[in-house]
Amino acid sequence: MRHSIWTYILVMALVSYAIRVTPLTLIRRQITNRFLRSFLYYVPYVTLAVMTFPAIVTAARSPWAGGAALLVGVALAWCGQSLFTVASACCLTVFALELVL
Amino acid sequence: MNTEHNASGQQLLRGMRDGLPIALGYFAVAFTLGIAARNAGLGPLHGLVSSLLVNASAGQYAGYAMIAADATLWEMAAMILVANARYFLMSCALSQKFSPETPFYHRLLVGFDVTDELFGLAIAQEGWLPPVYMYGAMMLAMPGWASGTALGIAAGSVLPARLVSALSVAIYGMFIAVIIPPARKDRIVGVFVALSFLFSWLFSVLPLVRDISEGLRTILLTVLLASAAAVLFPVKDEGADA
Repeated sequence: MRHSIWTYILVMALVSYAIRVTPLTLIRRQITNRFLRSFLYYVPYVTLAVMTFPAIVTAARSPWAGGAALLVGVALAWCGQSLFTVASACCLTVFALELVL
Repeated sequence: MNTEHNASGQQLLRGMRDGLPIALGYFAVAFTLGIAARNAGLGPLHGLVSSLLVNASAGQYAGYAMIAADATLWEMAAMILVANARYFLMSCALSQKFSPETPFYHRLLVGFDVTDELFGLAIAQEGWLPPVYMYGAMMLAMPGWASGTALGIAAGSVLPARLVSALSVAIYGMFIAVIIPPARKDRIVGVFVALSFLFSWLFSVLPLVRDISEGLRTILLTVLLASAAAVLFPVKDEGADA
């Protein structure tokens, strides 16, 4: 073995922390540039949406159950249900459907 | 003084309440991560410490694969950089959620645990982000993630596959709960959420682009779609409540 596992873990930790903390510490003022402000306003929604679909469909063992969880989640969130309710309902949907499918 | 303490106590409890489902989801996901770590030759203590320090599912999977492959430290650093690059964008967005009065050290602490899920929680807060709220969520999420990894390494696969399958959609359920209400309120956000779904799906099935890793796909599409939205529909200039 080339390096100890602890050395590898140290490198993983340092690089991960640098990526996360650099923008937070360097950008300390409110950005006034209109494009950048707009860009950062849209970033969270686009990122989270890209990560959600199609991943939710392939995450469950049955793609049908995953797809149903997506529909149930969107419907409940549209009606303003809480984070916890929406997340639990998605899990229950998959669990229930996989009993039948 | 008293009301201020009560307020931060409430924020802490609120953070713990919202962090609980994350911690449960993390535990289940980390358990499967532990199985990968075990195959790479890590012991439970390695898993515990690496999860406490790295806090990244895809990043850790990639990192454990590098350990198994006996990679150089530079290769390891490059792999972690690519696998975790999306946190750089999230951190840029988060930098705008801190009130100018928030002491600097909070940025160092909150920055330690910028994950997909905790970023989702932070963005769902209206107005400035109370750091104490994030600490409440981290207090549960971090032990959930670390203990799941360690137990996954120690025990191998003991959770029934049916349960793992159900728990694995919890994270996406949370994302949906974060993005859908603003998508309903702001039509432009709604359109871009739909476009994100569409492009993300296209990028996972079309030839050539489907070979792009999931981490890189997330970054590419985020930069492309958020830039397009910013050019076509710039937000109104009004204080810092975005």
